[in-house]
Amino acid sequence: MNAVVLRAGWRRGVIELRQSFTNGPDVVSHLLWPVLMLVVMYFLRESSFGASGLLLGTLALPSVLGMNAALGLVSLSQQLTYEREDGTLLRAKATPHGIQSYLVGKVVSVSGGLLADLAIFLVPGLLIVKGLDPGSASWAALLWVLALGMVATLPIGAVLGSVFPSARGQGLLQLPVIGMIAISGIFYPITALPEWVQWIAQVFPFYWLGLGMRSALLPDAAVAVEIGQSWRHLETAGVLVAWAVLGLLLAPVVLRGMARKESGSSVAERRDKALRRAM
Amino acid sequence: MSPGTTVLDVDGLRMRYGSTDVLHDVTFQARHGEVLALLGPNGAGKTTTIEILEGFRSRSAGRVQVLGADPADGGERWRARVGVVLQSWRDHGKWRVRELLAHLAAHYTAYTRPWDPDELIAAVGLTAHAAKKIKTLSGGQRRRLDVAIGIVGRPELLFLDEPTAAFDPAARHDFHELVRGLADDQHTTILLTTHDLAEAEKLADRIVILDGGRVIADGSAADLARGIAGEDEVRWVHEGRRHTHRAADSTAFARELFARHGAAVQELEVHRASLEQTYLALVRHAEQESR
Ligand SMILES: Nc1ncnc2c1ncn2[C@@H]1O[C@H](COP(=O)(O)OP(=O)(O)OP(=O)(O)O)[C@@H](O)[C@H]1O
Ligand SMILES: [Mg+2]
Repeated sequence: MNAVVLRAGWRRGVIELRQSFTNGPDVVSHLLWPVLMLVVMYFLRESSFGASGLLLGTLALPSVLGMNAALGLVSLSQQLTYEREDGTLLRAKATPHGIQSYLVGKVVSVSGGLLADLAIFLVPGLLIVKGLDPGSASWAALLWVLALGMVATLPIGAVLGSVFPSARGQGLLQLPVIGMIAISGIFYPITALPEWVQWIAQVFPFYWLGLGMRSALLPDAAVAVEIGQSWRHLETAGVLVAWAVLGLLLAPVVLRGMARKESGSSVAERRDKALRRAM
Repeated sequence: MSPGTTVLDVDGLRMRYGSTDVLHDVTFQARHGEVLALLGPNGAGKTTTIEILEGFRSRSAGRVQVLGADPADGGERWRARVGVVLQSWRDHGKWRVRELLAHLAAHYTAYTRPWDPDELIAAVGLTAHAAKKIKTLSGGQRRRLDVAIGIVGRPELLFLDEPTAAFDPAARHDFHELVRGLADDQHTTILLTTHDLAEAEKLADRIVILDGGRVIADGSAADLARGIAGEDEVRWVHEGRRHTHRAADSTAFARELFARHGAAVQELEVHRASLEQTYLALVRHAEQESR
């Protein structure tokens, strides 16, 4: 990939990011989750978890942060499917190096948007929730877990976005994602769940992102409610790297196959189908 | 690339969707700098053909060479030499006109000097809309933008699938000037499809008519008209009465008319078959054959 492509892709990402903060509906979608979660935090801030003496709100804030980071996967996947449907990808295909610059742009705009969303949630969250312990070492942990988490989840998002045939099919993705969030110890410590559920949760990046965020932002005593009473940094890195490798191996192959199949007729066909459904 | 080189070479092209063949043995060529119009009824296979040549669709069989390469594996350098205007687009709705043109133009800098976005916007008559979001453009304005995007990288070969479908008469006129300018001044080879026969007649050096996935005619408008019998219309006035006659060989008919009536023949008019008549006759004939 040459400098021209990287620069064009970067420009594209910046333009898309700006659009997402100036276009009404997009602004709403940036604010909706963080605000909703802040409301949840507000109500959870007083209830405590069992006899541990820890507050649920305190436990949940870092977990929700981790969950939001993992949701970049969903938004990338949705945007890919949508923009395949409206012909944006085909336009990229008609341009030299267009697909590459499109993808660079997507990564820039999705991760930029994600970081903005995290800040929108984290800053007021720190004011609402008591009992967090964010020292300087913890910011470093927060950053490496976040960065690795994005590398682990975004390529998977690109793969999912390529395999779903329509934006409608994308809706189906929401179900497993919600299920994943439910079992990943985001709103309630995972150790309260049956052991077999814990095993399933530990296969996917959601749990580990949440754990990494908790390790960064909670006081050391909070480790008591985690599996094995440990922050398991090594395992966190291991699972996230495994997902990253899987995603980075799969994504180019799947994306190339998807791009090869794009044509004017396939775009028109999907549009006709979408119109017929709308009627 | 020098004049006379074959830029497009399609030989025995076949396309099959599932169990139906939509292109049977399509063969035609285009030379450097030529404007070729691809005509035919709805569903004839024009878009399919064009998408195969653009490298967007893989063919079932046949040999296809576009700018010396097989479009199925053209590569980025090849892509930079080809301009594409598809039959319908609705992408990049949130982008602004100038923003998108400038962004796309940047991709061509390694290969050529792309159009300056503002000059190009002016050339397609969108200056007043340069800062608008693309989704707010009217159908015809959007189409002008599509054409602008198709030529922003100064392609050697330009594909236009029904480029003027939503144009008002003024836009259509400007577009015709633009296309002729590209062909005459830049020697761009152009393959366009249209349902507007006057447009084809005006723009195209050569016309290929597809019907039911077969080429049923290939030549200049005059060549095609000549190939059709009984189409010229001869009108005259004799002894105060108006007469109309259709003749295959209108010149011979007129000669005979004069031989018979001499100076009594007045107000003689010979109307060459229009492309429209030729087209209708060809398509009707092809459809009877296939029945
Ligand atoms: N993806 C597809 N799957 C199955 N059949 C298809 C597909 N795309 C096109 N066809 C069929 O191929 C035939 C040719 O279609 P094509 O779009 O090439 O026609 P066209 O000449 O461009 O028509 P129009 O003037 O309406 O644009 C039609 O019968 C169409 O139904
Ligand atoms: Mg068509």
